[in-house]
Amino acid sequence: MNERGGPVLEVRPDGVSSSPDDGTVSGRRDFLLKVAGALVAGAALPVLGLPGTAIAAPSHLTRGRTDVVPSLHISPQADEDVLIRMQRDLERALAKPIEQRRWGMVIDTRKCVGCSACTIGCSMENKLPPGVVYRPVVDTEIGTYPNVTRRFLPRPCMQCDNPPCVPVCPVNATFKRPDGIVEIDYDACIGCRYCITACPYQARTFDFGANWTDNAAAGPGAALALDGAAEYEHLPNFEYGEQWTRGEGVIPLSPVGNARKCTFCAHRLVEGMLPMCVTTCIGRATFFGDLDDPTSLVAELAASTNVTRLKEELGTEPKVFYLL
Amino acid sequence: MSAATQPRPGLLPGRGSALRIGLLAAWAVAAIVGLIGIGERILLGERLTAYSSYIPWGLWVAAYIFFIGLSAGAFLLSSLVYVFGVRQFERIGPLALFTAAVTLAMALLSILFDLGHMERFWEVFLRPQFHSMMAWMVWLYTAYFILLLGELVFALRRRVVRLSPAQVERDDRWLRILGTIGVPLAIAFHGGVGALFGTVVAREYWNTAIFPIIFLSGALLSGSALLTAIVVFLWPTRDQAWRELVRALSRIVIFLILLELILEFAEFTIPAWYQIGSEAGLISFVLFGPYWYVFWVIYGLMGVVVPLILFTRGGVVAQGVGAALVALTFFAVRLNLVIPGLITPELRGLERAYLDPVGGRLVYAYSPSLFEWQVTIGVVAFGLALFYLGYRFLPLIQNGDNIHEGSAR
Repeated sequence: MNERGGPVLEVRPDGVSSSPDDGTVSGRRDFLLKVAGALVAGAALPVLGLPGTAIAAPSHLTRGRTDVVPSLHISPQADEDVLIRMQRDLERALAKPIEQRRWGMVIDTRKCVGCSACTIGCSMENKLPPGVVYRPVVDTEIGTYPNVTRRFLPRPCMQCDNPPCVPVCPVNATFKRPDGIVEIDYDACIGCRYCITACPYQARTFDFGANWTDNAAAGPGAALALDGAAEYEHLPNFEYGEQWTRGEGVIPLSPVGNARKCTFCAHRLVEGMLPMCVTTCIGRATFFGDLDDPTSLVAELAASTNVTRLKEELGTEPKVFYLL
Repeated sequence: MSAATQPRPGLLPGRGSALRIGLLAAWAVAAIVGLIGIGERILLGERLTAYSSYIPWGLWVAAYIFFIGLSAGAFLLSSLVYVFGVRQFERIGPLALFTAAVTLAMALLSILFDLGHMERFWEVFLRPQFHSMMAWMVWLYTAYFILLLGELVFALRRRVVRLSPAQVERDDRWLRILGTIGVPLAIAFHGGVGALFGTVVAREYWNTAIFPIIFLSGALLSGSALLTAIVVFLWPTRDQAWRELVRALSRIVIFLILLELILEFAEFTIPAWYQIGSEAGLISFVLFGPYWYVFWVIYGLMGVVVPLILFTRGGVVAQGVGAALVALTFFAVRLNLVIPGLITPELRGLERAYLDPVGGRLVYAYSPSLFEWQVTIGVVAFGLALFYLGYRFLPLIQNGDNIHEGSAR
């Protein structure tokens, strides 16, 4: 990757256009058209067409479908969006058996502008309640006024190869899947929160059963938006390819009362969709793919010299890499 | 409490006395407040708690390790009788066992309410994962609970039914066997509670080798102090033997106070001496932060200095007050073991990264909510009632024949 090259990037050899600022007006229109076309064809189709099948299929681990996404058949373009390349990488990985995939993420901190679109996209995708967050963006101010700058650090689950949260679970409710994603079995988790204390990245949060509309005005006088929000809150989410409808009460309906964490959008991956934080990143700062595929974009980026991981010294072997 | 029919000396002041009415009224208030809290816990889940996604353990976990420490301590004291044959403490053997059982029940109740899915607690037995210190702890205290009940049966049977000397001897043998298994078991399960925290590498404050040790010394101290207070205030007779018993127990408590002090000194000074390193800040928080008084006033003054003065200068009742203070204020030590390990963000800036304006669950500040206190008060009221019932209806203490009951050694 020419990540290592100059500070301003125009067109990459692999077709990554990473700096929209440099495009001319016509170039940008061209670019947007291509992106829109490819995205509608590639990513949006499964979103629109397949929620039903996504829920019904039994084994969420072994499924993989490449038939629905046509982007494999789009030949690489010199100036295509990174998303399109990652889409191709994703489909190649899904064509392999699950144990030969090793999902990883690369976050380019130089491109992150701290917009938190990933945080919001993630929260909506997984319908996260208040108090639960999978991917906050840590915003650090450096220096003394007026000589200050800011640094942004999105923090998903590191999906450690040696996860400290897994061996502490007394009931085996959290485990590393063959594709490297650390999963929580919501039906087994007893809610002891030991794993939350054990994560050195604080990537796990607890679902206390709160709702966004708690203590908000309700009834006939309430704003229309609020009613909509209340309805939205009781829609199911599809984490790990199952349908989860939260519910409070004497016996809470999982994931209420459970530890929760980023899943790399495992439920989207099996349907051939990139994680929500990747698709919502306005600066294309988050890359995703199969680390075991040397031709994938993430594998290339993870081999950069300017790469680092959080708290390497603990030996957790995170699969989230940061470019500095 | 109204089940009381035949007045028996020792537990409550005489009928009609103002103290008796006051104690009963206080218990009734605690029971009502606690029942409301427990009801809310069952109906509403954990929504009224103040702990958070970032400080996921709070008052109930501290209460759990406090009660379970009392249990392990009382049990280990009973082993002096049943395993090591210390005749001086023979008369308090059954009382120590029963105290251990009641405080264990209080501990388990506290931690049950802490679970996000209470209805799934049995999963720890059905699908345990023995890498987890927590799974070990649950299995070990389950074994301990069964053993405790067994010991109680063998210790009390002779007082309920008439046994032949041979049968008494057989019961004694069983007591010795169970007690001998029980000593390493109690050390393992309470050391295991310390290891549950100590093994968490992510939390520097917990991740020290002294944690299992200090849990054990704390258990011995708080359990012995509780038993001493019980003996001082609830023993039916006020004779010379009683005075000697209290004096012997007090010496044990004084020794354990000093031992605990040395270990705490090591725990707080070693990582913080040069005021550098990640743990130094946490220890400053404990000693000089907003909750400084928990360590200095509640533990230091009320749990060490005042009791030591009372033990060395006071009479029997003063020693009882000192012992009760040690046992009660030890809760502050337990709080200071759990909470400070959780108060700093693992990544700098995480505290401002994403906020929870609705429930405040993404903050690094914790102070137990009224509801959490309510539930804990309920657990205490339950424990007191259980203890009272046992004291009244089980032959835990027998007048006169305590010194040489049956053929006990």
